[in-house]
Amino acid sequence: MDIDLISNILYAMVRTGTPLLLIALGELVCEKSGVLNLGQEGMVLMGAVAGFVAALLSGSLILGFLLAIAAGIAMSLLFGFIALGLNANQVATGLALTIFGTGLSAFIGADFVGKPITGLEPFALPLLSEIPLLGKMLFSQDMIVYLSFFLFAAVYWFFRSSRPGLIVKAVGENPHAANAIGLPVMRTRYLAVMFGGAMAGLAGGYLSIAYTPLWAENMSAGRGWIALALVVFASWKVERVLLGAWLFGLASILHLVFQGLGFSISSNLLATLPYVATILVLVVLSRNQVRARLLAPMSLGKPFHASS
Amino acid sequence: MAEAHITPPRLTLRRITKIYPGCVANDSIDLNIEPAEIHALLGENGAGKSTLMKVIYGLVKPDQGEVLWDGMPVEIKDPAQARKLGIGMVFQHFSLFETLTVTENIALALGDDAGDLPSLAKRIREVSEKYGMALNPDREIHTLSVGERQRVEIVRCLVQPIKLLILDEPTSVLTPQEVETLFVTLRQLAKEGCAILFISHKLDEVRALCHNATILRAGKVSGECKPADESSQSIARMMVGDDTPISTDYPKVLREEPFLQVSGLNRVSDDPFGTDLHNISFSVNAGEILGIAGVAGNGQEELLGALSGEDQVENHDAIHFPHGAVGHLSPRERRAAGMAFVPEERLGRGAVPDMSLKDNALLTGFLTGLVNRGMIAHGKTREFAEKIIDRYKVKTPGTEAHAESLSGGNLQKFIIGREIMQNPKLLIAAHPTWGVDIGAATAIHKALIELRDKGAAILVVSEDIDELFQISDRIGAICHGRISPIKPTPDTTINEVGRWMAGDFDEVEIKA
Repeated sequence: MDIDLISNILYAMVRTGTPLLLIALGELVCEKSGVLNLGQEGMVLMGAVAGFVAALLSGSLILGFLLAIAAGIAMSLLFGFIALGLNANQVATGLALTIFGTGLSAFIGADFVGKPITGLEPFALPLLSEIPLLGKMLFSQDMIVYLSFFLFAAVYWFFRSSRPGLIVKAVGENPHAANAIGLPVMRTRYLAVMFGGAMAGLAGGYLSIAYTPLWAENMSAGRGWIALALVVFASWKVERVLLGAWLFGLASILHLVFQGLGFSISSNLLATLPYVATILVLVVLSRNQVRARLLAPMSLGKPFHASS
Repeated sequence: MAEAHITPPRLTLRRITKIYPGCVANDSIDLNIEPAEIHALLGENGAGKSTLMKVIYGLVKPDQGEVLWDGMPVEIKDPAQARKLGIGMVFQHFSLFETLTVTENIALALGDDAGDLPSLAKRIREVSEKYGMALNPDREIHTLSVGERQRVEIVRCLVQPIKLLILDEPTSVLTPQEVETLFVTLRQLAKEGCAILFISHKLDEVRALCHNATILRAGKVSGECKPADESSQSIARMMVGDDTPISTDYPKVLREEPFLQVSGLNRVSDDPFGTDLHNISFSVNAGEILGIAGVAGNGQEELLGALSGEDQVENHDAIHFPHGAVGHLSPRERRAAGMAFVPEERLGRGAVPDMSLKDNALLTGFLTGLVNRGMIAHGKTREFAEKIIDRYKVKTPGTEAHAESLSGGNLQKFIIGREIMQNPKLLIAAHPTWGVDIGAATAIHKALIELRDKGAAILVVSEDIDELFQISDRIGAICHGRISPIKPTPDTTINEVGRWMAGDFDEVEIKA
């Protein structure tokens, strides 16, 4: 394998991993606050269609991304209202959100299927992109990929050394204790859910405006689910989310690589790799009960009633 | 009138009333706490102590009544506001975050006053040293013992300016030595002008520590007193009312027909921090209560696991019922043979927290005809649960209430009632009255004695040596996974059993 090929594989890996990274970072924050939102797929699709339509009609990519984010937040607020405000079962609500988002996005986007836009162009940073091997991967990408680097660093810092990050962790671990010492449990959870929605919306926008600049029904192709698995795979650790997103990204382009090298392996089989990896990680994690208990947010998925 | 005071009381409650569906938790309660006063709030489980305390801390909004803070009327809307006023609270079930460090936990509670973590850690060290409560700020909570966790809760209140400290049953989780240390800290705090509201039902402790006491019964103030001037008996009378017997001496009996025989039981613990059992031999006779004393962690869990059938033992003969060896049988098979079991943990083992009392009744009661050809007989199950509630005076809105909504003592009455109502031939009970108030404990003891007199063999494993002397016909102790000699209760003394608990016995004696 020559160095150009490897460099190209790495480039594609990061590009493919970016939507996963964005969705998973959002879901991570959401789950850290104790809320399990299975509606990622629906939020991504709504972000994708809103972003695409806005970009197509206005001609402004930035407006497209903003609308994608807004659509994600709107969807997450719907989830928040039902799962937090009305204390409905989070799993059921999340699944409903995915089904709803899939249908609604197809309906909104029906007239826009196959219409072309000029997508977001990569922007190679001078000098840095010349670095052998890693230059193309890290510094010849588009703005959203750079933004994903920044968001990763921000979330990492948020949980590592900020007070709000500490509050999110506390609320996700023991909302009753958090309430008892006067932390705003509901507000924290709403904000975390909204952040998850914004990130999923942005990822959707990335798919329809930058990655494959077009709209197609169900174009997220299960990325929302992979990102959910990714959070578990990363055992709720931010740095592992980055690693996992790129690894899963690599897994989903592997069939192309293998084709290029003359092997033929079913792409469907390769697409199962992220899930197999997640199951393996779950098995390894759950071997030590105490550690497993400490890793996942302890109140994940449990509704919180303030009065008790 | 508050204006008449030169310094108004730190806290005054006037006619506080809180009504929940199905019960009046607080009925027009008045309370006064002065600065530098240690005030006891006494009452049985369900008397309304917790609700009142939550009202003060802003967790529960009263339906009626007013709260005066330093003579000024205030409305305490949430805990954050309570803390701003200078009210700190130490919860019975700690409100700590297990995966976070001591410093992070305290930083969360302090809000913006926390400052940066390193300087806060320093403050924590200073405060904990000043009040004689050693703490390492960098440890994660899940690595701390129960006593240390309580220190974190207390220090969390003390790093802020504090004017009123509320402690909810703080001693129920502590060893006698730890209790002493805690009292030294509390007295020092009071001397500095902090008012302390001490919630408990341990009367000796209240008499040793508190200046004044307010006693609640069924949501109302049933008495006020200076605990030091009263006897434990007279205070207990105010707590439980006139018609509940407080304690009785039960006649001891001697029986000779063994039901449960344990011989040469050896077991390596599954838990790396557990205790292995070594050559345990004893028998429990039909119609008697055998008490096993011991400090927690000396093999009780392993012994109970082996006896209940949760863990099967390799040597089937080591555990014997009259009809044969049972060491290899599952809990269900042993229950079918007449055994009943009350585990130590109420929520999670004795009862499923988010299942109704009716469903919990079914969980062990299904062998007594509550299941008909694989289908649950709902009517009978409800009747069974109702009978338990009625017979053992479990305070609950009804059979559909979730197990977790009951207080510890009430749930324990329910669990013990559930087992006894099945008329077992052998009852194994672990810590039957742990954390249970006098009224409930007396009721549980009476139920056990009644069952004994019906001819059942009863094994009680407990850390409460007074309790064992009160109800056991024969008594022994467990230490480091070995069992002490077992003597008829009248032939031994608390001192001797205390020595056994510390491991001071010769194993050869057992054979005798």
